[in-house]
Amino acid sequence: MSSHATDTHAEHGEEHESMTKGKIWKVFFILLGITCVEFIIALILVPKGIIPGHIANPLYIVLTLFKAFYIIAYFMHLKFEKTGLIISIVVPVLFIIGLILVLTNESHHWITLRG
Amino acid sequence: MSTAAVSQIDEVKSTPWSGGRSPFNVEYGKMMMWFFLLSDAFTFSSLLIAYGALRFSAYAWPSAALVFQSVPGLIEHGAPLVFVGLMTFILIMSSVTMVLAVEAGHRNARKEVIGWMIATVIGGLMFLGCQALEWNHLHSEGFWWSSIPTSPEKLQEFFAIGVPYAAQAASAHQFANLFFTITGFHGFHVFTGVVINIIITVNVLMGTYEKRGSYLMIEKVGLYWHFVDLVWVFVFTFFYLV
Repeated sequence: MSSHATDTHAEHGEEHESMTKGKIWKVFFILLGITCVEFIIALILVPKGIIPGHIANPLYIVLTLFKAFYIIAYFMHLKFEKTGLIISIVVPVLFIIGLILVLTNESHHWITLRG
Repeated sequence: MSTAAVSQIDEVKSTPWSGGRSPFNVEYGKMMMWFFLLSDAFTFSSLLIAYGALRFSAYAWPSAALVFQSVPGLIEHGAPLVFVGLMTFILIMSSVTMVLAVEAGHRNARKEVIGWMIATVIGGLMFLGCQALEWNHLHSEGFWWSSIPTSPEKLQEFFAIGVPYAAQAASAHQFANLFFTITGFHGFHVFTGVVINIIITVNVLMGTYEKRGSYLMIEKVGLYWHFVDLVWVFVFTFFYLV
């Protein structure tokens, strides 16, 4: 890194600003808050019947994706990398979405196979 | 030598994609860590998607609120999600100490890096300890790889009323195999992460990065450690909440 020190100095200055201690704790409390919301849904709202199970499940997944975003973008610092790196990490995730679609569709047929 | 003689083809290119400067602007090792984590993400997704497909196509599935309702050593029944909540908190907390170590590394603050790295190692060991207790609890209930509680009465404890025994046995087997395989694979990553963190902490103590002039290595192991936390977020959702 030392050899790059001169030409990347400006961007490193940005990095320091973007991930200060205050920001780190802010992200931590966001993650903790989302987890608490998940617990409230699972322990209070679903057992009392305020939210039915088939709505709670997609809700969990959306909240999980929010957590994943905060971990990847801020803790793993991806948000502050070059666009080229961000694209080459994020775009292959489409393969995962593809596999989800394929296997969800497939599992519909497994139900009838299992009898 | 004058530079005026340089022909156009020999001129140093300066745009990002013609070798002028690094298009990703990250050090080789850090970029490779990212691509390794991407491949690891594929592995974990394959496992979790297989779990989803099997569960989705099953007649019934063990209820998370009934399987995971104990705090090992303290509460035997009726405390769903409490213990796994503690585990999640520990792992998120150790992710925070890791990112604080990275932040201290940017400032070349060696003492702070050591402190946060040790905290991260302790967090990782606590998580592994909790997972060992969790596994031990499930094992004592009769679950293990290709093994489920032998008596139908015991098995019924984990299912909603009215599910036929054959369906219970079939999906309990799948549940046990998938649970131990996926959390085991994740636990193995945590274990590896702890070992790597210990090695890096020893390096910091020996002043390796002080001599090198940069604490970039902390960032690289940090990426791995956050990834372990990231996978846990998904394992937690799909095994304990859904």
